[in-house]
Amino acid sequence: MQNQQEIKRLENTIQDLLDEAKKQGASAAEAGLSQENGLSVTARLGDVETIEHHCDQGLGITVYFGQRKGSASTTDFSQESLKETVSAACSIARYTSEDSFAGLPEKELLATEFPDLELNHPWSISTDEAIALAIECEDAARSYHAEISNSEGASVNTHQGIRVMGNSLGFLHGYASTRHSLSCSVLAQRGDSMQRDYWYTVSRNSAALEPPVEVGKKAAERALRRLEGRSLSTRQCPVLYSAETASGLLGSLIGAISGGNLYRKSSFLLGALDTQIFPEFIHIHEQPYLRGALGSAAYDGEGVATKTRDIVSDGILRSYVLSTYSARKLSLHSTGNAGGVHNLTITPGTFDYQEMLKQINTGLLVTELMGQGVNMVNGDYSRGAAGFWVENGEIQYPVEEITIAGNLKDMFKNIIAVGNDVDYRGNIRTGSILIERMSIAGE
Amino acid sequence: MELLNLARQAILMPAGIQDGDIEKIMNRLLSSSVDAADIYFQSSHTESWVMEGGIIKEGSHNIEQGAGVRAVSGEKTGFAYSDRIELPVLLEAANNVKAIVRQGQNAQVGLVKAANWPLYYPVINPLKSLTDQQKIDLLRQVESETRQLDRRIEEVIVSLTGAHESILVANQDGSLAADVRPLVRMNVTVIVKDNSRREQGSMGGGGRSDYSYFIEQDRALEYGKEAVRQALVNLEADEAPAGNMTVVLGPGWPGILLHEAIGHGLEGDFNRKGTSAFSGRVGERVASGLCTVVDDGTLPGRRGSLSIDDEGTPAEKTVLIENGILKGYMQDKLNARLMGVKPTGNGRRESYANLPMPRMTNTYMLAGSHNPEEIIKSVKKGLYAKNFAGGQVDITSGKFVFSASEAYLIENGKITRAVKGATLIGNGPDVLSKVSMVGTDLELDSGVGTCGKDGQSVPVGVGQPTLKIDGLTVGGTSV
Ligand SMILES: [Zn+2]
Repeated sequence: MQNQQEIKRLENTIQDLLDEAKKQGASAAEAGLSQENGLSVTARLGDVETIEHHCDQGLGITVYFGQRKGSASTTDFSQESLKETVSAACSIARYTSEDSFAGLPEKELLATEFPDLELNHPWSISTDEAIALAIECEDAARSYHAEISNSEGASVNTHQGIRVMGNSLGFLHGYASTRHSLSCSVLAQRGDSMQRDYWYTVSRNSAALEPPVEVGKKAAERALRRLEGRSLSTRQCPVLYSAETASGLLGSLIGAISGGNLYRKSSFLLGALDTQIFPEFIHIHEQPYLRGALGSAAYDGEGVATKTRDIVSDGILRSYVLSTYSARKLSLHSTGNAGGVHNLTITPGTFDYQEMLKQINTGLLVTELMGQGVNMVNGDYSRGAAGFWVENGEIQYPVEEITIAGNLKDMFKNIIAVGNDVDYRGNIRTGSILIERMSIAGE
Repeated sequence: MELLNLARQAILMPAGIQDGDIEKIMNRLLSSSVDAADIYFQSSHTESWVMEGGIIKEGSHNIEQGAGVRAVSGEKTGFAYSDRIELPVLLEAANNVKAIVRQGQNAQVGLVKAANWPLYYPVINPLKSLTDQQKIDLLRQVESETRQLDRRIEEVIVSLTGAHESILVANQDGSLAADVRPLVRMNVTVIVKDNSRREQGSMGGGGRSDYSYFIEQDRALEYGKEAVRQALVNLEADEAPAGNMTVVLGPGWPGILLHEAIGHGLEGDFNRKGTSAFSGRVGERVASGLCTVVDDGTLPGRRGSLSIDDEGTPAEKTVLIENGILKGYMQDKLNARLMGVKPTGNGRRESYANLPMPRMTNTYMLAGSHNPEEIIKSVKKGLYAKNFAGGQVDITSGKFVFSASEAYLIENGKITRAVKGATLIGNGPDVLSKVSMVGTDLELDSGVGTCGKDGQSVPVGVGQPTLKIDGLTVGGTSV
């Protein structure tokens, strides 16, 4: 396999870097690189608009002189540049301080088994075929309804890359992976009301992408249903986060239980380990070994083996999300999360989307969130939102120009139901989430 | 021109690329059906240092270099890039890119130097402006002096970053332009604790300068004081109100309102395509007569300033809104050509690996005639928002949000209690028509803005005087 040879060659590059670091006096080092090729094609108003050929590479090294560390990175893989990058990192380590928590992971935590996670599915699509797909997708959106008035286009993206990482404890591994996507964004207009929305599909295997016509139709439906949105009066009511917006709630959970925020004491879940932070029916786990999934990985950014594990069970927080450094700061062990979580999954409930609407009865369905508005230190939450007003379990009209606010601690505790309408397009997999009560601010 | 030679030395010479090679690549790109083409070379060195927990915890040095090749025909763009600045690689990129256009007769071009243009920042390498030891000493000094300011301070994090970037851009008319862009930034974050309550405050600044910027006027120490002040204010803050009310925005950084509410909507690409809420509205009233808003890349040393943009167009001061009337959009070359107007020096890209787009530089509102105290006094009940964390806009519906990180209630013409961060939401095309008072106190931000669009980040500046808006939705929790 060509890939195998290329991985081998890049593993040698990493080994050379690690050797060079040792030669320059480093007591330990870790290095990683990535190399990626890709094609992005956008069609707009029935014709090709852009063709982009991507070709990226980058490598980085961190060296340790005892407990002092320095880092450097470059996009230039020449022998000369590798040497200079190592010496830049070493030079920085002369000025950083002794940090008793700094250093490589414990050797016994490093991954030693590398199952094939089926992450590499190259898509042999020509530029012309990609253009044809994009046009087919955009056509489906534009011809969906007379009120689809304009388009930002449809795009086909395909990327193939290799990642390698190694450290001076003898860890050295590389693997190839792919990622393909198709997206479409269109505008709908009725009188003065103009709205834009989009849909996308993404997968490691092009065969698993939604058909272009479906993507186009969904983009069109989503733009149309937002037309003539109104604000709401200021009130409190139940809020249903659609599956694609609910992943942000779990993202905030991960932020609050990640080591960096915990040891800096800037988390609203400080000291919450082994306590009830959700209702009893909530279970959240990490699944790094799912075949072909977007977040799958046998090891984290430091080479630490990942684990299939519970983060929340019966509503109780069972584990933090830690890298080697943050774990040591907290007198714990790395959980294999340097660089983030891997396929975070909340156990779906029994209701589908329609039944979830019935569960709200009267309240707000949120389908879009805007702005930052999340304070990790105290859990205060206030974000711009758009969606739909629901009465008696039925959508009444689109809503926009409102904010929804609460405190994440209360919001987590007041979850009433999780839907089985799971969005599988990201690293966080959740269905829609219904929260008993939040503050809505509007006109 | 000296700049051109500096850029040649920084980017081309190490790669062994001569001007003749650029001509070869350009000639490969050109044909009679190409409306525009460019080759963009970039080399950037950045460093960052972080002090936290009383120690110098992180340091890193990064080198990024490469070239992007683009050909445009009508509305169609072909683009390829590589981090290898090598003639065969770039010739192949040119071949790939050319596939976008109908084949036509080949054209030939010889390189000429672009005309001179004014420079709005010095040709310096900030990374070399202090020794590594001096950078560390500066961080330590800021950290220890900040830590001493209040006994409730639990943690102080100080970061220092610098970038030295050279770019060289060759256009299809044979013109060759170059820029050397310094950029520095310092940030201080403090976490304070009182009883069981923890809050955070953050302040930073910088610009197209070197590290001496932070030593002059004790700026670095001022960042520390300001971060502590904000954190302590937050310790006292109550629940924010919810609902529609009069909002007074403080001067300076709250100008992010202009950036989100109207700036993005006035970028040429959205308007050429007709996807912005401001499309087709040049000459119409879009703001109260008190409002004049400009985008100005020519402010000396500012974070958002550019001597030339990433297409080689000299930066300009572009009037967007004058006395409430929409005057024009911000343009790159592609959108300017398709709309039949002139480029405005707003063609920017994050790096050689991204296509240029119309982007803001420094966007601000000119001063008005009201005394800021008089503005506060005129409000019976409302919100005074002094600092913001960031924002977002949907350019089609016009809806924008931004999050206040420091805000107060105004009651009977007086600023009373501090309230916790609330999100403000409004509609871009009508928010400025609700501006009823504009202060005399125009301020620009301290140099911390980064704007994201289509996944590309670029440094920007914002600014404004104190503004009174008659009715904006405030998203607090206290109903
Ligand atoms: Zn922006």
